[in-house]
Amino acid sequence: MSILVNKNTKLIVQGITGRDGSFHAGKMKAYGTNVVGGVSPGKGGQLVDGIPVFNTVAEAMKATNANTSIIFVPAPLAADAILEASEAGVDLVIAISEGVPTLDMVKVIPYLKKNGTKLIGSNCPGLISPDEALVGILPGNIFMKGNVGLMSRSGTLTYEMVYQLTNQGLGQSTCVGIGGDPVAGLYYQELLQMFEDDPETKAIVLIGEIGGDAEERAAQYIKEHITKPVVAFIAGQSAPPGKRMGHAGAIISSGSGTAEEKIAAFEAVGVPVARRPVEIPELIKKLLKLN
Amino acid sequence: MKIHEYQAKEIFSRYQIPVTREVLCFTPDEVVAATEKLCLPVVVKAQVLAGGRGKAGGVKLARTVESARESATQILGMDIKGYTVEKVLVAEGVKFSSEFYVGLTIDRNTKSVIFMASKEGGVEIEEVAKENPEAILKFPIEADLGMTPFFARKIAFALFDDISLVKQAADLFQKLYKIFIETDSSLVEINPLVLTDEGKLLALDGKMNFDDNALFRQAEIEALNEPNEDELKELAAKEKGLTYIRLDGNIGCMVNGAGLAMATMDLIKYFGGNPANFLDIGGSSNPQKVIDAMELILSDKNVKVVMINIFGGITRCDDVARGLVAALDQMKVEVPIVVRLAGTNSKEGLEIIQKANLPVVETMSQAAQKAISLCNELSK
Repeated sequence: MSILVNKNTKLIVQGITGRDGSFHAGKMKAYGTNVVGGVSPGKGGQLVDGIPVFNTVAEAMKATNANTSIIFVPAPLAADAILEASEAGVDLVIAISEGVPTLDMVKVIPYLKKNGTKLIGSNCPGLISPDEALVGILPGNIFMKGNVGLMSRSGTLTYEMVYQLTNQGLGQSTCVGIGGDPVAGLYYQELLQMFEDDPETKAIVLIGEIGGDAEERAAQYIKEHITKPVVAFIAGQSAPPGKRMGHAGAIISSGSGTAEEKIAAFEAVGVPVARRPVEIPELIKKLLKLN
Repeated sequence: MKIHEYQAKEIFSRYQIPVTREVLCFTPDEVVAATEKLCLPVVVKAQVLAGGRGKAGGVKLARTVESARESATQILGMDIKGYTVEKVLVAEGVKFSSEFYVGLTIDRNTKSVIFMASKEGGVEIEEVAKENPEAILKFPIEADLGMTPFFARKIAFALFDDISLVKQAADLFQKLYKIFIETDSSLVEINPLVLTDEGKLLALDGKMNFDDNALFRQAEIEALNEPNEDELKELAAKEKGLTYIRLDGNIGCMVNGAGLAMATMDLIKYFGGNPANFLDIGGSSNPQKVIDAMELILSDKNVKVVMINIFGGITRCDDVARGLVAALDQMKVEVPIVVRLAGTNSKEGLEIIQKANLPVVETMSQAAQKAISLCNELSK
């Protein structure tokens, strides 16, 4: 088991003929993900890396019976691509595109809810269930199958954490990059619940960063609903207020959204917070022995 | 992106939201002329892209022409949170009976636009939020419905009892929402919205922030951008594919990825050092990018040591290492550099770095500690 993506994932790639789309379609296929098709309006009938290209998502769905779609189209067109996937009946959409206008996402979210479509991103690195499916731009080789579920607002920091977990012999059930935008799809609470319900996941790592109050809400949710051990890390402990730290969501505004507040919220509900990335594997080992 | 009060109020006017009569001025003489035109009393307000102008002494009431001149002389050239005041807004003094706060922003939790309203206007809303959060009413707006008349009335009834005022307010709220959507705002605020002695609602102040990701379709808004020195540097970096934010320390940082870049700064702080910048070079091993990044870091004369922290994912470490060596061949770097490479092909990458006689370390912690100790030695 794992969450969201697995051996049964049938993936289509929206924007497959673009530079990033074609590159990562190949990478995902090479990892063993079942990439069944791609979409690029006007390029239907072509092949990319042996993957058939369709003009519309609906057409691709009809031909391949896909259940998951990953989006690489440019940011101004990303919201429309998400809507197209949802309308065509895709269960899970992963939006990699970076720089999507916030109001576009605000418009998209209610439609997905109505259709029951799950979304990850935008502006995210995707997700992976090691040895089953890679749906995203994550470097597959650093992951190892195991029992740690991980969710994170940032990309390379996730790799750093995973690398340390893997080096310490702690494999992963599923690792999800939820993205750095202020308005995004699945977030901590939904993923915490999925990991809680996943028998393969024995411990959960939550990597947050400054800005917003999602970490505080996650802490509350953990207190009320999660029985599995959780450890956390918050990036941006040294960030000054008012400066956007790369991610659109990573900004401390008017004294709220600081790392201190988030760390305090986790510690108040018994979730240990690593001060340095290297402490994460130690904390998990400690907790797993205790539990 | 932020704009000035006078610019926000110009946008409000365009959407028929009543604002104070006012004139933008650059000199005390212009302020005097404006005062004579507007009639006394007037309020002279610093126009800077920072909050807390009132507290900093940047807003003054003038009851005579002479005191208007005096206020202008004091405020022009004043420093407010690192911004020099170059222009002031002279606004008519308005008599009012009550002050309100209204604002629109994005709520990450409900994933919607949210309308905020409070009877406690005129003070810093952040303080109200901290001390008396119940005083701020919040109304998430359904994206597919928008600000419907009934919904605008519902908000208005929470602030007013008089039906004619409710109608006035509801109309204003709908316009405010329209502005928010049509300009891709991330924040629109009127604080205070006042009820004048004539029974009219009027925007005494205005604040607007915009979604940087949407500027590509908001040319008119983008044209209002007035970046300061640091922001100009950040914009120039962005054009080269780098995200740079200057800080006040002495250890220059070059990292791939925003989260890792933040974590790197945190680690330097953790071990007692002080990062000079946030710099995310993204996911490319192009030597030119490394050169650009290095030039940017070294343009800050406070930098004594450069710490490079790369996690190879899709980007291979040996490619990054080659880029780095090529970059260092092409430019003269006089400060010591500490390199940490991990992830995909890190072993090959480290060999390349070692051959180039650069100090390499294995972990982030070691890199931070090494950078700090080099920095301390140089400071002796």
